[in-house]
Amino acid sequence: MKQHTIVALVQDRPGVLSRVAGLVRRRGYNIASLAVGHSEQPGISRMTIVVESDYVEQVVKQLYRLIEVIKVSDVTDDPTVEREMVVLKLHVPPSARHEIVSMCGVFEAKIVDVGTSTMIVEMTGAPAKVENFIEVVRPHGIKEMMRTGRIAMVRGARGHNAEQYVETGNGMSVPTLN
Amino acid sequence: MSQQLTGAQIMCEALIREGVDVMFGIPGGAIMPFYFAMWEYRDRLRHVLCRHEQGAGHAAEGYARATGRLGVCIGTSGPGVTNLVTPIADAMMDSTPLLAICGQVGSHVLGKDAFQETDITGITMPITKHNYLVKDPNDLAYVFKEAIYIATTGRPGPVLIDITKDAMQKSAIPNWDVKLNLPGYKPTYQPNRKQIREAIKLLASAKKPLIIAGNGVIMAGAHEELRHFAERLRLPVITTLHGIGAFPEEHPLSLGMPGMHGWVHCNRAIQECDVLFNIGGRFDDRVTGKASTFAPNAKVIHADIDPSEIGKNVKVTVPIVGDARLTLQALLEELPSREELADLHANASDWMEYIRDLQDRHQGKQQYINRASTLNMSLPPHDVYASLNQTLAERGNYIVVTDVGQHQMWAAQLLDWNAGPRTHITSGGAATMGFSVPAALGAAVAHPDKTIWVVCGDGGFQMTNQEMATIVQEGIKNIKIAVINNGYLGMVRQWQELFENKRYSGTPLSGPDFAKLAEAYHWKGITVEHASEVQAAIDEAHATDGPVLIDFRVEREVNVFPMVPQNSSIGDMITEESGA
Repeated sequence: MKQHTIVALVQDRPGVLSRVAGLVRRRGYNIASLAVGHSEQPGISRMTIVVESDYVEQVVKQLYRLIEVIKVSDVTDDPTVEREMVVLKLHVPPSARHEIVSMCGVFEAKIVDVGTSTMIVEMTGAPAKVENFIEVVRPHGIKEMMRTGRIAMVRGARGHNAEQYVETGNGMSVPTLN
Repeated sequence: MSQQLTGAQIMCEALIREGVDVMFGIPGGAIMPFYFAMWEYRDRLRHVLCRHEQGAGHAAEGYARATGRLGVCIGTSGPGVTNLVTPIADAMMDSTPLLAICGQVGSHVLGKDAFQETDITGITMPITKHNYLVKDPNDLAYVFKEAIYIATTGRPGPVLIDITKDAMQKSAIPNWDVKLNLPGYKPTYQPNRKQIREAIKLLASAKKPLIIAGNGVIMAGAHEELRHFAERLRLPVITTLHGIGAFPEEHPLSLGMPGMHGWVHCNRAIQECDVLFNIGGRFDDRVTGKASTFAPNAKVIHADIDPSEIGKNVKVTVPIVGDARLTLQALLEELPSREELADLHANASDWMEYIRDLQDRHQGKQQYINRASTLNMSLPPHDVYASLNQTLAERGNYIVVTDVGQHQMWAAQLLDWNAGPRTHITSGGAATMGFSVPAALGAAVAHPDKTIWVVCGDGGFQMTNQEMATIVQEGIKNIKIAVINNGYLGMVRQWQELFENKRYSGTPLSGPDFAKLAEAYHWKGITVEHASEVQAAIDEAHATDGPVLIDFRVEREVNVFPMVPQNSSIGDMITEESGA
């Protein structure tokens, strides 16, 4: 199943996260990740939702039905910058320290805590690079892993591609004629 | 200058400011402060005490559908509001403007499993257009304003406000002048002109054009515009179950109802048309049958106020987002000259002739009634509809409220719907059995001058008939109930007969003597067992100055035809000849 990256601009009100997640759930789709935080405008949050599905057009349209959703874009096929952070607590006996440190250097990961037999490392990058780093350190023994989920931003001046859509005057859009 | 008011007083003031004058509900612990305040406002805010919150919700829906105005229902925390869930879901499916006001436990015990606590905002999130939990009386004036705006604008729907008990008791100075802050909610009313011109171009080039009119036409008050538009282009008009009343069935361009129990000629016309213009309908699966086989030759123009409906079930060539009335007005403004429409008119006339021929060959409504009457039955259900139809046409000034099941489809098929919009009220999308009696209560409150006829089955009637007591307590006299009593959950039985080899699992149904039950509620009760008594009973119901119930003990195993089996093409219909 294809992963779709959906970016949504929403009003920052109680329950909005629940509404968005509930709507995706209603169609039986799995949310691979969901990241939310304040946007550049006060009172407005930006969400990045990664949904596993072959068909998300209807989800995007239905999201517009939520009162607090201001704008939604499926940016899967748009040129974007995508980032994710992972924090790992690794099992690192003193003998393995050197190798971990050098691996962190290669991946530009940061060592943020060192214990007698553990290390906590943080690493930020494109989702594929994050996956790659996790696989490389996995043989050493991952005690705990936390990931922030993906955030995505469309490159260039435009927020998202709007060519194939007709604006209806309210920020909503419908497909144009063939 | 606003003064300090309790939260509950602010709620009453807010409702009055928004034009609300009647509410349907039941009090309880958490909502008591609202009822305390309501007493001061009782000359301006009428409260109708129902017998069950589901009844209150459906009554509010009936009021809303009979008027186009907001319906308001009230329940207390816990079971009070969970009983409102069904009408809320029903209002969501049928786009009914409904406000549910719910009492919640005190904010200091919220989330602690307090007495009668239920997370009703969580429960109703997927079945409301929007909902709110209010814990501060300072928020009430704004929230009520926003909630009612959302419920009644764009595509209308149910909005729920859950208010903690302390928020109703504490005082605040209401600010009535706060501007709405809804950057994500700006319904599109004016259609895009470019799309309008594309639609006209497509229609003008059609050889077999067809209009499907849905609920949106009625909600937008666009029936006049629809008639003008259909007449100017000479387009045949199909009306969906919720489109009944949007176009008079006696009009020479009217075809009737499509879909699962629609007429053969309507479904054939859909399957053969080359341009299909759906105004204010949502291509429900009971209309389309198997969607991939629906209208295979048609280019579709779909006009709806809700963009998420467009392209949801059926592929659309020309999408139009807008209000049905403004859309039809724009279409009328963009109409080409009569000369340019000459081809369309000629084609449409041949097409209409072809459809009328189909209709004649596949039995019109009257023939269906006559056929059933000729069978050896002491009381065929069709006879009830025939008498009711004639009487309603003669007397006028009525609303028919139906429940869900066989009787509902017969009403849609066999009554002649010529009395205009909002004269047919039913539960379509959710198909909620038990809808009709309380919905009729709401309609009767809205229209004390009209006769409200309930047509329901013995199954649905037994779900909510407790509201007969509410009707008496409110002094309502203009409700007449016709129970089409066949001793079965008839529609399910029909499916069992046709598709499950008559395995009547869970469908035979007994009941009390409904006429005696009616008498016990201080109604007049009449029992009819023979076709010869039908007309006299209906006449007596009309002549009686008070609510009347007629128990029509009809032939038990009669099927609704034509019928499209579930998930089949609407081109494959079972008719009376092939099915019975």
